[in-house]
Amino acid sequence: MKSFFNKQHQKLIADPLGDQNPITIQVLGICSALAITTQLENALVMTLAVIFVMTSASSIISLLRNHVPNRIRIIVQLLVVASLVALVDQILKAFLPDASEQLSVFIGLIITNCIIMGRLEAFAMGNKLYESFLDALGNAFGYGWILVAVAFVRELFGSGKLMGYDIPGFSYLYQMGYMNNNLMILPPMALVVVGVIIWIQRSRNTDLVEEN
Amino acid sequence: MKLMRNILDRIKPHFEENGTLHKLYPAYDAFETFLFVPNHTTSSGTHIKDSVDLKRTMVIVIIALIPCLIFGMWNTGYQYFSQLTPDMNGYKDSYTLFDSFIYGFWKFIPLIIVSYAVGLAVEFAFAVNRKHQVNEGYLVSGMLIPLTMPIDVPLWMLALSVIFAVVVGKEVFGGTGMNILNPALTARAFIFFAYPTKMSGDKVWVSSAESIDGITGETALGQLASMVDINPTSQNIINKFGQFSSDGVYSLYNSFMGFVPGSVGETSVIAILIGAAILIFTGIGSVRIIFSMFIGGLLMSYIFNIFAPESNLFMSLNPFHQLCIGSFMFGMVFMATDPVSAAQTNTGKVVYGFLCGVLSILIRVFNPAYPEGVMVAILFMNVMAPLIDHYVIEANINRRKKRLQMKLLKS
Repeated sequence: MKSFFNKQHQKLIADPLGDQNPITIQVLGICSALAITTQLENALVMTLAVIFVMTSASSIISLLRNHVPNRIRIIVQLLVVASLVALVDQILKAFLPDASEQLSVFIGLIITNCIIMGRLEAFAMGNKLYESFLDALGNAFGYGWILVAVAFVRELFGSGKLMGYDIPGFSYLYQMGYMNNNLMILPPMALVVVGVIIWIQRSRNTDLVEEN
Repeated sequence: MKLMRNILDRIKPHFEENGTLHKLYPAYDAFETFLFVPNHTTSSGTHIKDSVDLKRTMVIVIIALIPCLIFGMWNTGYQYFSQLTPDMNGYKDSYTLFDSFIYGFWKFIPLIIVSYAVGLAVEFAFAVNRKHQVNEGYLVSGMLIPLTMPIDVPLWMLALSVIFAVVVGKEVFGGTGMNILNPALTARAFIFFAYPTKMSGDKVWVSSAESIDGITGETALGQLASMVDINPTSQNIINKFGQFSSDGVYSLYNSFMGFVPGSVGETSVIAILIGAAILIFTGIGSVRIIFSMFIGGLLMSYIFNIFAPESNLFMSLNPFHQLCIGSFMFGMVFMATDPVSAAQTNTGKVVYGFLCGVLSILIRVFNPAYPEGVMVAILFMNVMAPLIDHYVIEANINRRKKRLQMKLLKS
């Protein structure tokens, strides 16, 4: 009898966090990773939204997979994702109006997040409910932890805050002449930070380096 | 020299295989090859053989930078002393040429020390970690970086920008010879965007302007940009015009000689031209890049002259004057000619230099937020250089193919 959480299931969760990370290895979902990571709070909200949309969409598509005609499968996937995103958008507007305001168009753009469509097409269309759910969860977390890591660095050095709160020791630093780094707020630095993460990851695991 | 040789020979066993300090061999190797011509032979492939190796090349660039360096030190003191009045702290009644130089010397030395110490530390760390030789490239970058900074830049900012330039600008791509961007300009761009308050305005270009009220100094470009910026009154415009006329602060003569506020190395065109002569004479700086960039800048300034409205001094400035202000000349001679990040083919160098010149003036005039267009223009062209080379090579291949076809047809 198969165990509830065997090796294969662990792999589904663990791979996207590390060696199959959607952002650093597959370089998907970059646009939102660069756009909304100036503040940690935004990154967290975005991560939660993507986790919800991805796990639900994968589960639903996985349930429907034997009933969807092959020729219209992309349309069905889009419909499912779009309605979930509309749901998330409304919930955010109702309960987190500030975050919703700041994330603005990027919540709507979750629909076009390549990771979601990619996992639906590559995994959920051919696998059972539970596996699809785990795969979606792993990928959403893989996307999320990069987002949070980048946002952490950018908010800490860019505005000297975390989650919008001042950091206790920083006032002494300011007196000593420390200044916030404006470049961290600008989009190019998000690319550099993601690039540095990719660099560290590939130098630790040289199997990931592409052949020329 | 004999003494150095003896010392090096004595400590060498420690760094060789089985020695206690073998891990630090790259550091030892760097010192040895810096002081003495190495006796290594190339281990693989075919190489062009030349008596001038990378370290010697770099040293010549450093020599070419010395006029800028000395003038920059003197100018730092000159700008400072000439603004002091009796009620200011540290007032000096009559200051000599030498006083100015000594003042500037002590102001500037910490920048050089920090730049080299931090930069070489990062280089050594990477060399030890990756087990290759220490790259020589930083010898020049370490001198160029402080020369492009305002004299009062905080040392920790300088250190940070140096780390950024060496790590993200160079080591990420594999070290000296592999970088896409010019490391010195990367450092300047980093600090320019990261800490704009320390890199623009009228309080940073003259020494101690921040701590002593009454000392101010704006660069010529900042002055011109502020005119475009704030919707000026007509009186204001006339004042500004006066500053750029022949008896103003930013006259052509002052800009050419370098008696104006600005980054340490950029102000004096004459010192830069001496450096350019050394680089061209020794064949280390590309003549093609320098001249085509000069012509590109000149041409763009002439075009602006033709279309300039009456009130826009930025556009109607005399083209030669336009090239003498800001760091156009410095960028042209020392930054654009960087052999790694510039175009490699001869035709490519001409195109690259020309576009550098055109873009520098274009960005400077049309984007008052970034008056230092030279920096952005050269970085942009650094990125484009491989593309230019690609098309030059493709064109060459096609030309030769056609020639071959013609020959085949004839025979």
